[in-house]
Amino acid sequence: MGKTLFEKIWNKHRIKDLPDGSTLLYIDRHLVHEVTSPQAFEGIRLAGYTVRSPHLAVATMDHNVPTTEDRFSIEDPVSRSQVEALRKNCADFGIKLFDIGDDHQGIVHVIGPETGITLPGLTIVCGDSHTSTHGAFGALAFGIGTSEVEHVLVTQTLVQRKPSTIKVEFNGRLGPHIFSKDMVLKMIGIIGTAGGSGSVLEYCGEAVSALSMEARMTMCNMSIEGGARAGMIAPDDTTFSYISSRKRPYAPKGEALDRALAYWRTLPSDADAVFDRSITIDAARIAPQITWGTNPGMVIDIDQPIPEPGFAENYSRSDVENALAYMGLKPGTKMTDVPVDVVFIGSCTNSRIEDLRQAAAILKGRKKAEHVQLLVVPGSHQVRLQAEAEGLDKIFMAAGAQWRYAGCSMCLAMNPDQLQPQQRAASTSNRNFEGRQGKDGRTHLVSPEMAAAAAVNGKFVDIRQWKETS
Amino acid sequence: MKPFTTHTGIVATLNRANVDTDAIIPKQFLKSIKRTGYGPNAFFDWRYTLDGNPNPDFELNQQRFKDRSILVARNNFGCGSSREHAVWALVQDGYQVIIAPGKDMGEKSLPAFADIFRINAAKNGLLVVELSEDQVDEIFGFVERHSGLKATIDLVQQQIVLQVDPPQVFEFEVEPAIKEQLLKGLDDIAQTLRYETDIARFEENHDPLGP
Ligand code: SF4
Repeated sequence: MGKTLFEKIWNKHRIKDLPDGSTLLYIDRHLVHEVTSPQAFEGIRLAGYTVRSPHLAVATMDHNVPTTEDRFSIEDPVSRSQVEALRKNCADFGIKLFDIGDDHQGIVHVIGPETGITLPGLTIVCGDSHTSTHGAFGALAFGIGTSEVEHVLVTQTLVQRKPSTIKVEFNGRLGPHIFSKDMVLKMIGIIGTAGGSGSVLEYCGEAVSALSMEARMTMCNMSIEGGARAGMIAPDDTTFSYISSRKRPYAPKGEALDRALAYWRTLPSDADAVFDRSITIDAARIAPQITWGTNPGMVIDIDQPIPEPGFAENYSRSDVENALAYMGLKPGTKMTDVPVDVVFIGSCTNSRIEDLRQAAAILKGRKKAEHVQLLVVPGSHQVRLQAEAEGLDKIFMAAGAQWRYAGCSMCLAMNPDQLQPQQRAASTSNRNFEGRQGKDGRTHLVSPEMAAAAAVNGKFVDIRQWKETS
Repeated sequence: MKPFTTHTGIVATLNRANVDTDAIIPKQFLKSIKRTGYGPNAFFDWRYTLDGNPNPDFELNQQRFKDRSILVARNNFGCGSSREHAVWALVQDGYQVIIAPGKDMGEKSLPAFADIFRINAAKNGLLVVELSEDQVDEIFGFVERHSGLKATIDLVQQQIVLQVDPPQVFEFEVEPAIKEQLLKGLDDIAQTLRYETDIARFEENHDPLGP
């Protein structure tokens, strides 16, 4: 019987099956950031352990860092101590760090792929649930807690229970102005926020193959929002040409690359591979998606009304009532009638150069509505430099946007970028949980085009029939 | 880690599904580099009003739940961010057991707890118990009718006993690996280091960029 992409990688990294039914799994790459690592390093020091393979770890700071010009001086003393702790831990244990001001600093899930650290066939972990992003390359990549961060640092392994596999097939082609963000939101709306629990998703089908690497990353990024441990896409020529780009300092080159390519071509799921479950979605019928509630599964097509309590798939009456009370919305409302206060274009979901190009195409020659605050935050310093080389920064600033330095920014509001209570945001990020972008802030997840158009109109729009009305 | 065998305590209920880890411990408390001090900030945004006083509308602030150590919630508890701080906050706020229902979706049932949360809980000696929706509804009913309701959770027997007359018994499943880890209070890094030779042998032969 054939094997799935997931099984091939799992088997290759299986050190030992343990008596209790779990597996000791080898980890090829460990990404580290400032928020979930300090307690792990503290644990190592207390126990007198060492870091087994410091060269397989790489670190950056992204969550806490301010994204303004003066980002080097972090005002909040607690945030600053966390950033300083990462510096010290990396220096003490010999781990490569992309510090603030480094050319490769940025959101950990943006810089991994960009530098060539993320490659097909690898096992990749990070103390961060959106590690699923890296699965876009045909790697097995998943988020872990701080105890597991410590475990990987000390042993370069993890003890894992084998997940099941779900094949998610997108047939047909996307319509104009529909993106992988809409595909993955649509899927989460169908399976619910726990639908992928205990599973690894493999995305495939015509619409997936047609996606660029960056669009694939957006899709895999949000796998965790469907409850899955990981999302994966089989590596193909799109993947290989992305990796072979000369800009990626850590990717294999020359002969090493040729050898790797020969191996990577064997990774895609065999034709007769069996998945534990599968779902099929008609890509041609996907409309622009927008969330109306307080988790990413509370999502509708932009031209549908907000559901009545008791009529939302996967949610009980009280779930919907709680969510709408928090969001300050009524059932039956059309999202295109709802005004926005803040537009955030950024996060590890949608802050790469293609995302910024899409937003810039909408904003070019236009201005944001007066009452809207518009924030554009590139995912990495490389993305920032590239955008500036293409003149996108000028378009954003002419439209009235704030053009920022790389970081997580308003995705989780752990830094100075936050929503005020009751402010409503169109956000290209991945989570609309209560308080996620600031206490009592109201988040609606959308694609970069939808976000940019909302900034111009001052309210949500259906990007397919978008006309400027302001 | 302290071994967990049995625990008796007061049961509190939180009638919400999809309680995410952002809700359990909001990001402003993730700036700490310590492992302790999170307890008073568990459920912060629900628990306190804007002026910092206990929010009287938040279920868990009720006087009858003051000394609770067992929490019963709805499905998909602990979803979202991988932050282990959520587990630290719950444990440091006095919770030793969390109970939630799996969700029956016809051919498939969805688990009560999000994957990463479940793993993080085990590493911190927090027992998470999945029951059926009906059983959890029953417990909600008992808690409503019996102020200060106590329960005993026996991990060896895999039983929850509600201390009512007559006592109500619920059996539960637990992964053997997690049961053993909790019962013995094992340190999992020390456990894995027993396989040092296997790891070293694997590393010698492992080529991450080749077959
Ligand atoms: S951008 Fe948001 S989701 Fe991504 S790593 Fe940063 S905080 Fe997490």
